[in-house]
Amino acid sequence: MREGPGSGAARPAGREGEGVRTAPSAAGRPPTGRGPTRWPGSLAQLTLTRMREFVREPEAVFWTFVFPIVLALLLGFAFSERGDPTVRVAVLDAAGADAVVRILADAPGLQVEVLDAAAAAAALRRGRVALVVAPRAGGVAYRQDPSGPGAREARLLVDDALQRGAGRTDPLAARVEPVEEQGSRYIDFLIPGLIGLNLLSTGLWGVGYTVVRMRAGMLLKRLMATPMRRWEFMASFLLGRLVFLAIEIAAILLFARLVFDVRVHGSVALVGLLGVLGAFVFTSFGLLVASRARTTEGIAGIMNLVAVPMWLLSGVFFSYERFPEWTHGAIRALPLTPLVDALRAVINEGATALETAPAIGALGAWGLLAFGSALLLFRWR
Amino acid sequence: MTAAGNGEAVVCRGLRKSYGPVVAVDGLDLRVAAGECFGLLGPNGAGKTTTVEVLEGLLHPDDGEIRILGMRWDRDERALRHAIGIQLQDTRLPEKLTVAETIRLFRSFYAEGPSVDEVVARVQLDEKRDVWVRRLSGGQRQRLAVACALVGAPRILFLDEPTTGLDPQSRRSLWELIEAFRAGGGTVVMTTHYMDEAARLCDRLAIIDHGRVIAEGAPLDLVATLGADQVVEFTVGSGPTPSESELAALPGVSGVRRNGDGWALTARGVHRTVPALLGRLERDGAELSRLATHDATLEDLFVHLTGRSLRDA
Repeated sequence: MREGPGSGAARPAGREGEGVRTAPSAAGRPPTGRGPTRWPGSLAQLTLTRMREFVREPEAVFWTFVFPIVLALLLGFAFSERGDPTVRVAVLDAAGADAVVRILADAPGLQVEVLDAAAAAAALRRGRVALVVAPRAGGVAYRQDPSGPGAREARLLVDDALQRGAGRTDPLAARVEPVEEQGSRYIDFLIPGLIGLNLLSTGLWGVGYTVVRMRAGMLLKRLMATPMRRWEFMASFLLGRLVFLAIEIAAILLFARLVFDVRVHGSVALVGLLGVLGAFVFTSFGLLVASRARTTEGIAGIMNLVAVPMWLLSGVFFSYERFPEWTHGAIRALPLTPLVDALRAVINEGATALETAPAIGALGAWGLLAFGSALLLFRWR
Repeated sequence: MTAAGNGEAVVCRGLRKSYGPVVAVDGLDLRVAAGECFGLLGPNGAGKTTTVEVLEGLLHPDDGEIRILGMRWDRDERALRHAIGIQLQDTRLPEKLTVAETIRLFRSFYAEGPSVDEVVARVQLDEKRDVWVRRLSGGQRQRLAVACALVGAPRILFLDEPTTGLDPQSRRSLWELIEAFRAGGGTVVMTTHYMDEAARLCDRLAIIDHGRVIAEGAPLDLVATLGADQVVEFTVGSGPTPSESELAALPGVSGVRRNGDGWALTARGVHRTVPALLGRLERDGAELSRLATHDATLEDLFVHLTGRSLRDA
């Protein structure tokens, strides 16, 4: 489709007016030049944009609000079995096996089965049984991986039952008085961990993917072509998160209260403050990991690299006290550790602001460091 | 703020920019007067986008001097950001914001400018005001992109291939938008690889190839440099075709080039050229399968200058 030169002549001849337009303001603002208008600030508009993008993304809402509750429900029930858990053991199918099985079958907390040598070895290897009893002339041998889960408990239970069955009498009278105290159950341990985990995930993934998508779509470059202040863009992610943070934490705590009777023993405001700090830290981490990445595949790798160590080490699902002593310093240096520790102390033990001050300080420092680095390293193209 | 006084909106001298070993812009000079619509015309990869992005302060040049409204990017970035409006090639605006929300967001970055509703009306998106961006057509998205460039009441509007990929009707509505901005006294710097667009919108053009300006001037003047006002295109179906030199010797012909499986002659006075051509072919016993004449265009000029066409260059 070509147009001849004639079409050029139809152009408005704007040159003549040039001499008339002497006032620079008139020339400067061609279409409907208007005085300054009051507008909601750009930070507010950017924050509104973040919030709109979030609530208009049903999947993001699910992962932020529903997922932690589902996780709490599953883990809460999985680890709150009533009564003593049973320990599974096997008896090797050999001479004397019947006598051993008879004794163990009556012992509390044990589930016994008879297996041949190959099946017993396989069951042990797969962790289906914690111990294999091999009858021997004048006694028994215990086969097990001494470092496996529940290995020692199985050995003590089996040995105790067999020794008593063989006629041992206990000189000391002893009995167990069960204690079920609030704040000491696994679910009490878990809930603050899940709050911390959620702050980590929503901060990293929510911010990281959004930023990388904006970069890939040249939207960051377009924003850089406006007078937008860069720190306002960054801060909008933080502010946008804060609004939903309250709902997010409240939902988990309310659920835990209603279903598992988990109570907040300390100040709710302090829980809120820790939540804000956590969001600050991990939103900034999200910006930092997204500061250079160009593809979602690329950033997924970086985010896993950052998040997985904290998931595993920072005491979300189980205490990091189980790791060797020498690792504790490094684990406490991870930002999720002081957050989860402090949330746990406030929720379960009623710790005060003063007692959590070191954690608050550490989180503030992490947040400032990450936010500052993100601002410096951020690539807009 | 001296620029408005002396009438120079953009001055660019000796601009160079390379990406590694690839030279994108190779010593480019431009001057754009205030109130002018200036076009950078050239094929893909000619260096148009690199050039405008340097002018827009989004890329640092390796060498060269840039003045926008008399200001410099290294000293006056904030003032310049407020004074210009930019539409980039393929910006994906947030899909789940409405038209009005998007415009309001961009409007919030600028100290002054028209209201959201004024901008919505100006780009004729009133009916789509509260529709999500992802439900907009290509033409509507592009008008929204231009709307985001207009929210700060810019003195210069930079447009990078504003109508590429749009249907004819969307293109015309964007052209009207640009003309309305110009009618208000605004300066436009745009890139395009459509010569009809350049011819219709631009007061002056720089034709760019391999990062250099190969011709510059008003569209009509540029076409006039061909020394011909018509192009005769023909294809011989059967029989011998005259040689290139024989064609060049026909009356009024100023240029001969191959055109697909036929030839194109640039000529002044086709009323003499065509009969001569037909007579020559008849004498040779050749038969035409195609004959067409059209007014010479910028496309013809580009082919004349580079030996390539704008589209396949």
